[in-house]
Amino acid sequence: MEFLGEVLAWFTDPVNWSGPDGIPVRVGEHLVLSFVPLLAAAALALPIGLYTGHTGRLAGLAINAANVGRAIPTLGILIIAWILLLRPLVDLGLRREAAEVTAGIAMLALAIPPMVTNTYVGIAGVDRGLVDAARGVGMAPLQVLRGVELPLALPVVLAGMRTAAVQVVATATLGAVVGTGGLGRYVIDGIAQLRYQEMFAGAMLVSLLAIATELAFSWLQRRTVSPGLRGAPEAVIGPSQGPC
Amino acid sequence: MTDGRPLVDVEWIVSNVDDIWQRTVDHVVLTVLAVGIGLLISFALALLVRRYRWLAGPVLGITGTLYTIPSLALFALLIPITGIRSILTAEIALVSYTLLILLRNILAGLEGVPPEVREAARGMGFSAWQLLWRVELPIALPVIIAGVRIATVTTIGLVTVTALIGIQSLGSLIVNIGLAQFFFTAVLIGASGAVVLAIAADLGLSALQRLLTPWSRSRATAT
Repeated sequence: MEFLGEVLAWFTDPVNWSGPDGIPVRVGEHLVLSFVPLLAAAALALPIGLYTGHTGRLAGLAINAANVGRAIPTLGILIIAWILLLRPLVDLGLRREAAEVTAGIAMLALAIPPMVTNTYVGIAGVDRGLVDAARGVGMAPLQVLRGVELPLALPVVLAGMRTAAVQVVATATLGAVVGTGGLGRYVIDGIAQLRYQEMFAGAMLVSLLAIATELAFSWLQRRTVSPGLRGAPEAVIGPSQGPC
Repeated sequence: MTDGRPLVDVEWIVSNVDDIWQRTVDHVVLTVLAVGIGLLISFALALLVRRYRWLAGPVLGITGTLYTIPSLALFALLIPITGIRSILTAEIALVSYTLLILLRNILAGLEGVPPEVREAARGMGFSAWQLLWRVELPIALPVIIAGVRIATVTTIGLVTVTALIGIQSLGSLIVNIGLAQFFFTAVLIGASGAVVLAIAADLGLSALQRLLTPWSRSRATAT
């Protein structure tokens, strides 16, 4: 109980709400650090998923992507990228930037597999009868994709983005190990300097951010179910990747 | 690149082979403990949920929320209670992460048992307990093992993160040697060791499933 009092004191101390180590700055850094790689991953993963789902080509690759991704430890990717790719940037004195690019690479590698897999599963899972009907009324392949397949697959596609987003928020936390900003700083510095109040408060903030991300995407997912399908049982897509 | 040392320092690997092996064993022990305990807890939870339907929402909600919390954060939330460099801290977090997948797959597996099969077993005089052990569980086994595979592969990846709270595993090679000394070989060995373990566990469990359920054509899918 005494400890929780100290954590509360940490949260109410105005020092922790201002300056470059303040909570608003750290939350902002965490969001930017997560959002940029997530967008980049979506820009890469969605076309691949749409293509494989629509044509049925490279299906094995799309399905297995998530399994392969799950087996690679996040921390491994992060530190391999750190040592291998960015030593030159560190030598140039761009330590912070190097850390951010490294974390970005690790996040890309983790976010792409669940997005590819879910987009593929969503598109390939659209009732073939509907696709045939759309073709029958004279829709071109791209019109079928845009007008029929994508709207029907959207909840599943978004489920993949949700998995990826939650994971990216988690990985942004680990980024602090190589020296990024973000909320992971509180946790990593707190552990290193035995300031457990700070560590605990940082962990609470990270957890809240991850849960908020999850809830936001769930809400988006429900919102995008085509009105004609509301009330139908929700498509069940398991966690295609674990926590990290 | 790394201070004159070759990128893959074979000499270091050879002279540290005992240490690498020991960290691999630690990694396996941490994983087996987490998945084993997770399986016991999930199984108990699944039986509870089947008896008291209203528990399904809260139990899946709580395990789902635990699953969302980043591992480093969960470790940090536990440290004030169970301590740093504590196996207990690591295992509580690792077990929590297995629950959602295992519980979902156990429930899906048990629900997939055709009602007429259950009916037939009851008609033959099976008690509820016999029905569970001798009819429902064997039929559900492929789906349950599919869950165990996902949980195991996920846990193997997460164990590496426990190095950040001072637990020994392949992750220690990545963090304590690789990151601390900017030494690529150690990171590569630690990370690829974890990948090899994950692949071996996945293949091993899938072989185990075929062995235990020779009647199924391994059509198990994760839910």
